[in-house]
Amino acid sequence: MLNIDKISKNFGGLPALSDVSFDVQKGRLTALIGPNGAGKSTLINCITGVLMPSAGHIRFENTEIAGQPTHKISRIGIARTFQNLKIFPRLSVLDNVLTGLTCEGGDSMLMAMMRLPYLRHRERQLKLRAMAALDRFQLTGKASWPAGILAYGDKKRLELARATVGNPQLLLLDEPVAGLNSEETAAVGHQLKQLRSSGHTMLLVEHDMDLVMDIADSVVVLDSGRCIAVGTPDEIRTNPLVLEAYLGRIEATA
Amino acid sequence: MNNKERIIYFISLHRTGLWVIVLSLILLLYPLFEQNPYTLGLTNLIAINAIVVLGLNLFIGYSGQISLGHAAFFGLGAYGSAVATVYFSVPAWPALILVAALVSLVALVIGIPILRLSGHYLAMATLGMNFVFHTILLQWDEVTGGPSGFAGIPSLTIGSFAFDNEVRLHYLIWSVTLLCLLLCLNLVRSGVGRGMAALAGDEVAAAALGVNTRQTKVKVFVLSAVLASVAGSLFAHTYTFISPDSFDIFVATDFVIMVVVGGMGSIWGSLFGAGLISMLPEWMDLFQTYKDFVHGAILVLVLMFLPQGLVTGLIDNARIRLALRKRHHAEH
Repeated sequence: MLNIDKISKNFGGLPALSDVSFDVQKGRLTALIGPNGAGKSTLINCITGVLMPSAGHIRFENTEIAGQPTHKISRIGIARTFQNLKIFPRLSVLDNVLTGLTCEGGDSMLMAMMRLPYLRHRERQLKLRAMAALDRFQLTGKASWPAGILAYGDKKRLELARATVGNPQLLLLDEPVAGLNSEETAAVGHQLKQLRSSGHTMLLVEHDMDLVMDIADSVVVLDSGRCIAVGTPDEIRTNPLVLEAYLGRIEATA
Repeated sequence: MNNKERIIYFISLHRTGLWVIVLSLILLLYPLFEQNPYTLGLTNLIAINAIVVLGLNLFIGYSGQISLGHAAFFGLGAYGSAVATVYFSVPAWPALILVAALVSLVALVIGIPILRLSGHYLAMATLGMNFVFHTILLQWDEVTGGPSGFAGIPSLTIGSFAFDNEVRLHYLIWSVTLLCLLLCLNLVRSGVGRGMAALAGDEVAAAALGVNTRQTKVKVFVLSAVLASVAGSLFAHTYTFISPDSFDIFVATDFVIMVVVGGMGSIWGSLFGAGLISMLPEWMDLFQTYKDFVHGAILVLVLMFLPQGLVTGLIDNARIRLALRKRHHAEH
């Protein structure tokens, strides 16, 4: 579904990614792991069009998307969540989820100003879908709250609800459990499993190894901008290169 | 949902429409109780300012941008209508529409390059735009009449019915204002409006949600310029005399103050802000002399204590209190 082909990214001559290649298979949960500074966020930013790769191709369903503007990439069905929460604190929880359906609300400002009957009808449909998404993430009772006052865990779930409400073909999750306690982490893990069983394709960037090993179908390991291993969680667990990248560093600093 | 919740839901669903009806009724009856032409002239001025502020609030409050140059579009509308009706004998209504269309083109041509800027840079660029426009008004006196102004602009008419006294103007101007209010209310409650709110919240997040950020900014900028131009045309036909001082950078900042005081991202707040700032000089004689000081002080105080603006700030605080109390109850 998503094909990363020899992607490189330099920042002023400093390589952040070099020749990274891997695939994300449809209907599976692929995890992207690696030590801090390995280039995970850079890669996500390249996929979503925030950054332009210096070289290489990114294909989504055989269409080249590298270098496309972010909103176009979003509109072909790639949704994402953010590592450092980007919810809209002043909007209500429901409106936050509705922003996830922006592209389906129609583009024309003139039509919107007339509020024609078909738009009102569509608006109702969108609200129902947003309420259903809130229901999936146990946020129904808080729909009218300003999103800013939600507890941290709720905000994380709100981002997931917003990212999934449009039924994206591919979901990019940037550290969805960072900062959550073990109980909340387990709950999010459970939700991710549910999303996968309902057919979502996901690329998960995560530091929490237990979660990754538990739910990922395949794992991609980045280290210093290079892709050092691709395989199932079991293969990754015993891969000497991966052990060195993680453990070697611990020994060196200890 | 129980019955009580259902009733509350129904009212909250239709509250916008209800408020518009209430306001329309009050304005319909207002001239029956208030016949003083001076007072009516003042509320007419509020209505004209409110049109500009509605558009500007879409741009500043909803979309999170800044413009210190909307007096220029206001002035383009006013001088455009004046020139078209006096020099070219175009009837006033077609002139208003023609001028608004031309202003939308001007705003498009200016907006595409300068909306690549943001924050202070955008503020400076729009301020510069207004400054250039004001200088042209002063210097190009064969067309604009220069500092002494442009006189003899005809009143608006429908057939042989001329809008030439305060009561007639009241109904005309407030009708246009209410129409603009309605259009803006519809816009902000649509998908496009949520895209704008996302843009104001976080540009990267908005783009990731599928909002074409650059295009949205330009569209809202053009829309706000068109509203300012319509208001300017009405202004010219209402007073039949205009001079460059009504369109200088201090007027441009006054519009921004009206947005800020009324409330960022509040359509109703726009009316309140336009009303309050337009009325202040009437309440205090001293105020006339020290107008700029008082406006500056109001701006600073509001930004310090209620950065979202008076109306929006207070409503937001109330909403947060309410929700926090609910959360408190839910936890115990």
